[in-house]
Amino acid sequence: MRTLEEGPLSGEIFEEHTVLSIDDLCRLCSVERTYIVELVDEGVLRATEVDARGRQFAGAALRRARLALRLQRDLEINLPGVALALELMEELERLRGELRVGGR
Amino acid sequence: MEFKDYYQVMGVARDATEAQIKQAYRRLARKYHPDVSKEKDAEARFKDLGEAYEVLKSAEKRAAYDQLGQGPRPGENFTPPPDWGSGFEFSGEGPHPGTTGGADYSDFFESLFGGAAAGARRGGRRGGRAFDADRGEDHHAKVLLDLDATLQGGSRQMTLRLPERERTLNVQVPKGILPGQTIRLAGQGSAAPAGGKPGDLYIEVEFEPHPLYKIDGRALYLELPVAPWEAALGATVKTPTPSGIVDLKIPPGSHAGSKLRLKSRGLPAATPGDLYVVLQIALPAATDDKSREAYRAMAAALPFNPRLSLGV
Repeated sequence: MRTLEEGPLSGEIFEEHTVLSIDDLCRLCSVERTYIVELVDEGVLRATEVDARGRQFAGAALRRARLALRLQRDLEINLPGVALALELMEELERLRGELRVGGR
Repeated sequence: MEFKDYYQVMGVARDATEAQIKQAYRRLARKYHPDVSKEKDAEARFKDLGEAYEVLKSAEKRAAYDQLGQGPRPGENFTPPPDWGSGFEFSGEGPHPGTTGGADYSDFFESLFGGAAAGARRGGRRGGRAFDADRGEDHHAKVLLDLDATLQGGSRQMTLRLPERERTLNVQVPKGILPGQTIRLAGQGSAAPAGGKPGDLYIEVEFEPHPLYKIDGRALYLELPVAPWEAALGATVKTPTPSGIVDLKIPPGSHAGSKLRLKSRGLPAATPGDLYVVLQIALPAATDDKSREAYRAMAAALPFNPRLSLGV
């Protein structure tokens, strides 16, 4: 069923000015703490700073965490495999970007 | 409703072993996973695959499904037999992770296994721990927008496929949002159980290719054709930019691939990106005597070997 709701709705760019704790990431990804801690320990997620509240992550970590969890879950890849897949996907994205702008 | 041939979806024989089914799933999942696949219908294929695997990997569900026989031909109308499901119990397994939280099964699947899937879906993923029990669930969606949405801002109508329903929203796109970034709409997720806060809606944004501009971070690239004499002698030419047509000064001695930077004419932000104009040399066609004569005159006047660097 399609219903057009009232609007326009105004949102914010989540990645800007958002700082996430491990608990925020757990809640936003609906996983238990160990899954996020594993991603941090494997280097998939890197804290941007550590303060009194603990490790803090940039907003962009959410997309990365969700992607890592999806790959892990759907493709039954282990953590080092997920870390490798993410690095290769980023490299691919970078190369595609270069191709887009004419290889310069 | 449409009968689904799960064996066909997975490309395995009806007597395939458990190991063969698992292997087929892994192979196809890598091929059609929406995060890695470039196939056009990847998302739909992956969903079908997750559903097929959910049924065929479980001895109970597979036996129950096999009971239906070949069913009608795929696509033909199907109604579960009245005694469907007797003697089978599908509890305690939870939805297959490949399907989004179990809430996105086909009608066919729901009619056969719906009750069990719905039961297992409660309590969220992995271990069934509820997060913030008094808060509504967050929703995540992905949309493809035109580049003008981020260049100019403005509202866009977005049709989101959320669990259980399709929802069309009119959303103000924040100016300068980058591909891969997310618009967060507070309170637009699921309603909360009695009195709590509703969840949020997260919309990840990607952009369709633009006919003129290519995007790289906050920078934009535009290929601008110029005449050989404009490049050689310098000229002032008109060029489109996201904020309108401007006069651009081409320095003398420019060549194909020369990059001219127009500061702050890229993606908007506190520190806006730049627009790079990349020159292309367009040659006039030599289709009449006059143009051929001009080329001959140039050939006669210029001692020019474009292949010098190749040593020939």
